[in-house]
Amino acid sequence: MDAILETQGLSKQFLGFTAVGDVSLSVRRGSIHGLIGPNGAGKTTCFNLLTKFIPPSSGSIRFNGRDITRMKPAEVARLGLVRSFQISAVFPHLTVLENVRVALQRQRGGSFDFWRSDSVLRRFDDRARELLEDVGLTTFAQRPAGELPYGRKRALEIATTLALEPTMMLLDEPTAGMTAEDVDRIVALVKRVAQGRTVLMVEHNLKVVEGLCDTITVLTRGRILAEGPYAEVSRNPEVVAAYLGSDPSIAGGSAHG
Amino acid sequence: MAGQATAFTAPTPHQSPGLPGLSLLGFNRAQSIAFLLLLAVLLVGPFVLYPVFLMKLLCFALFACAFNLLIGYVGLLSFGHAMFFGMGGYVAAHAAKVWGLSPELAILAGGAVGAVLGVVSGWIAIRRQGIYFAMITLALAQMVFFVCLQAPFTGGEDGIQSVPRGNFLGLFSLAPDMNMYWLVAGVFLAGFLLINRIIHSPFGQVLTAIRENEPRAISLGYRVDDYKLIAFTLSAALAGVAGGTKALVFGIATLTDVYWAMSGEVVLMTLVGGLGTVFGPVLGAAVIVSMQNYLAEFGAWVTVIQGCIFVACVLAFRAGIAGEVGRWLRVRL
Ligand SMILES: Nc1ncnc2c1ncn2[C@@H]1O[C@H](COP(=O)(O)OP(=O)(O)OP(=O)(O)O)[C@@H](O)[C@H]1O
Ligand SMILES: [Mg+2]
Repeated sequence: MDAILETQGLSKQFLGFTAVGDVSLSVRRGSIHGLIGPNGAGKTTCFNLLTKFIPPSSGSIRFNGRDITRMKPAEVARLGLVRSFQISAVFPHLTVLENVRVALQRQRGGSFDFWRSDSVLRRFDDRARELLEDVGLTTFAQRPAGELPYGRKRALEIATTLALEPTMMLLDEPTAGMTAEDVDRIVALVKRVAQGRTVLMVEHNLKVVEGLCDTITVLTRGRILAEGPYAEVSRNPEVVAAYLGSDPSIAGGSAHG
Repeated sequence: MAGQATAFTAPTPHQSPGLPGLSLLGFNRAQSIAFLLLLAVLLVGPFVLYPVFLMKLLCFALFACAFNLLIGYVGLLSFGHAMFFGMGGYVAAHAAKVWGLSPELAILAGGAVGAVLGVVSGWIAIRRQGIYFAMITLALAQMVFFVCLQAPFTGGEDGIQSVPRGNFLGLFSLAPDMNMYWLVAGVFLAGFLLINRIIHSPFGQVLTAIRENEPRAISLGYRVDDYKLIAFTLSAALAGVAGGTKALVFGIATLTDVYWAMSGEVVLMTLVGGLGTVFGPVLGAAVIVSMQNYLAEFGAWVTVIQGCIFVACVLAFRAGIAGEVGRWLRVRL
């Protein structure tokens, strides 16, 4: 199997508490890989480790054939491994268009030219509008991002992430807190943008997981409990028990599947 | 920064495209009008007010604008900016008096030392966040203060006195206050416009993103420490220019300008004027310097009055003068 992202024995302890323990994960190139598990299972911590936002206690990470274990988060992003955040992360006082443009601006390199007028950034406007159109935010382009309703902020975040043309995207609960309608839109969007990319997503909504993901990894208490295609994993009695034991809403979701 | 938030989100009805475009140098309409007013004051000011008073005001205004570049546009609270201002003053004074450099070169020397100090102290400080950043800048500034107290070239308690203003470009004598004034006004304007350009540059756009959401900026691949360090250095250099200019105006560089209280004063000016606004620091400097000038007869009470203003600002006018006026007029100043 051609793995784009691979971890070996990845662990993270917080003051002796193991948030992530001995996780060896392998994400196939071009797949949509789901990372699921009850609250506090360590999913976000995994994302933080993979994108180098926090240093691992032990273990190693390889991305696209390179060892990134000791890299800085900005370098990892530059390699094409780009994340979104569980708590929606936009630049609230920039306009929606500017939010996307800040990401597109990376194409210019460092942008350390403090003596030049920012009108040079206008050449990214067209592409930014295209990306906004993709996520249905065209009419909001000139509004401050902070004023968007929650679901739209998530959509903006995906547009901003896409602006970097990432090789692999890590999405932390892209549909959390959305209305059913918004969820459908995001699912369609992820499906579309995953063409030619790899996606690793944390998702509580198991219907979304079932519809999108090729492979699923189940995490509980920081450890991998099961891995495989949705149909297989959802029948695993241990997985069912882990969900029933912790989060009834999710167990309810799995009943759909 | 709640006040600041409202200043930024205030709707700007005057910017609708239908209106005849008055927009200079990347300013919005309201800012363009404010800028024209500022130009008028700069031109008419010395004929109405004492030029020396105005020069002092402009030096502090530039200092406050430089400080605001950090706090208002990167979100970094430096509590040691006196080190750049004061050291800029010492070096400019030394350059003019001992090396016999012309005034414009002496001022540039002040800016250069500000930049060098800025790179070094910034490199140490930006690794820390929030209050730790402020404490480290304060500690470094105290170290610079003690160096200035002990080093022979600064003249200890006496400072560097009777610094000649010299001849601008070796041609025009700056001894008359009016001549000196035009140089100071020019330096201020250049610094002010440079800061405005920085804010509205591709670099400034990244700075804003960092201020707004640092983890997100990192996740987009920006090495945020590099941007912070450059912004810090630019701010320090401009503070050095301001300090150097002031030393030439008064012909003296003393410990007062490297003392921690000076770092506090620039925070006060920026807060009173409105942090994160283009014109706020100028207004803040005008208010504080005027107070010090016209209330000088009250002696120690000036400090108390300043303290009260500070408290009033923090409690009632979070957004400062420019921020509150901007909110009231529904424009961004
Ligand atoms: N910086 C930290 N310091 C200490 N403990 C932490 C830290 N970050 C996470 N934890 C702990 O690690 C565990 C895993 O947290 P994490 O946020 O990764 O869970 P999660 O699977 O993303 O949960 P959720 O579904 O609620 O988002 C939790 O018990 C959490 O309290
Ligand atoms: Mg999480």
